[in-house]
Amino acid sequence: MSEKGWKELEIGGRITEAGNAAKYKTGDWRTFLPDVDREKCINCLQCYLYCPDMAIEAKADGTLGKIDLDYCKGCGICSNICPVKCIEMKKEEK
Amino acid sequence: MKLNIKEFPKIPERLGSGHRLCSGCGAPIVAKMVLMGTKDPVVVTNATGCLEVATTIFPYTAWKTPFIHSAFENSASTAAGVEAAYQSLKRQGKIKREIKILAIGGDGGTYDIGLQALSGALERGHDFVYLCYDNGAYMNTGVQRSGSTPRGSSTTTSPAGEAVPGKQQFPKDLTAICAAHKIPYVAQGAISNWKDLITKASKAFAVKGPAVLNVLSPCPPGWKHADDLAVEISDIAVNSKIWPLYEIENGQWRITYKPRDKKIRPVEDWIKMQGRFRHLTKKENHHIIEEIQQWADENWDRLERMEKATSSEGGSE
Repeated sequence: MSEKGWKELEIGGRITEAGNAAKYKTGDWRTFLPDVDREKCINCLQCYLYCPDMAIEAKADGTLGKIDLDYCKGCGICSNICPVKCIEMKKEEK
Repeated sequence: MKLNIKEFPKIPERLGSGHRLCSGCGAPIVAKMVLMGTKDPVVVTNATGCLEVATTIFPYTAWKTPFIHSAFENSASTAAGVEAAYQSLKRQGKIKREIKILAIGGDGGTYDIGLQALSGALERGHDFVYLCYDNGAYMNTGVQRSGSTPRGSSTTTSPAGEAVPGKQQFPKDLTAICAAHKIPYVAQGAISNWKDLITKASKAFAVKGPAVLNVLSPCPPGWKHADDLAVEISDIAVNSKIWPLYEIENGQWRITYKPRDKKIRPVEDWIKMQGRFRHLTKKENHHIIEEIQQWADENWDRLERMEKATSSEGGSE
C-alpha cells in the first residue's frame, strides 16, 4: 500500500476497508511449516478452531481445507493439539 | 444448547488474518472463540493492549466488524456509549436488526486501568459483553506486573533476584469483583475447554444487561513458554485448579468443569512449564509453590461453598 498524504486520509484515521490487514502477509515470520497427512486426518477441525492466525480453512461441508501459508506464522499449536497427530512441523527450506 | 464444530465455518469470520500478534499468541484464539458465540452483527471496542495494537496497525485492520479504539481505561465506557446510541436509534426506528456490543480489554486494561470504567458500565446496566483476555501482565509494553500477575511470577517490574523471588502478591479476583455488581452473567473460561468457553460466550451475548467473561490467554514471550503450548498450558491451568472454570448466572455460582481424580494436576506442573516461574524451582523458593498450591485449593473450596450456598436445590438460602 502506497503512503497517503493527510489530505487523502479519512477523518480520525478511520480504516474503511474491513479486514485489510490480509494485505500484510505474516507468513514470512515462519521457521517451521505445518505438513498435514491428509490420510490420517479425521476432519475434527480442532486445528481450524485453534489457529491464532486464521490460516487454516474449514470447508462448508465440515472438512479441513487449505492451510494458507501467506499467514501461517508456524507456531505449531495445530500440530500440538491434533488428536491423531497428523500435522508435523517441518523446517522450512527458503 | 449443543455446539457443533462443523457449524462454526458458517459463522462469519470477525477477526481475520494478517494481524501482527506474536506467533502462538492466545489472545486471537480467545477473541475468535468468544465471537463464535453469536450470529448477530457485533460492534467491538478495545482498550489499548496487545490485541488492539497488533490487530489495527495503521492503515490496516484485521477486524471485519466495526471497531473502536479509544484509550486504555475506557473500553467499557466506549461500549456503553455505543449501546446508548444503539438503543436510541432503535427507539427511533432507524435500526431494526439486533446487534451485539463487545468490549475487550487485557488484564492491564481491566484489572487495573479500566476497572472504574468497567464498574460504572456494569452498574448502569448497559446491554453489552465485556471480555477480559487475561495474560497476567502488561505484555504489550514488555511484561510489567499487573493486578492479575500470579504470585512468584518474574516480570520487569517484579524481577526475580536474590532478595525478592518475583511478584509478592496474589492476583485479585476480577471475576468475583464483577459478580459483586449483581449483573446477569459473569464467567471465567479458558481456550482449552472450547465448548465451555463458546457456550459461556453465547450465554453472555444472549442475556439482557451486562455480562463479563474473564478468559485466560497464554503469552509465549511473557510467560516464557514455547510457541505451540498455548492450549496445553491452559489445559493444565484448568486441571490444576489455578484457573477454575465457573459462571455466576443471576447470582447462582456454578463450577462448569470439575477435573476428575486422574486429571487433577499439581500447580507445580503448570509452574514448571513457564520461564517466568523458573526461579521457583530452586530449593529455597519451593515454599512459594506450596503457597500457590494452598491459594488455589482455598479458592476452589470457596467456589464449591459458593456453589452450594447459591444453588436452587437446598443450600442456606
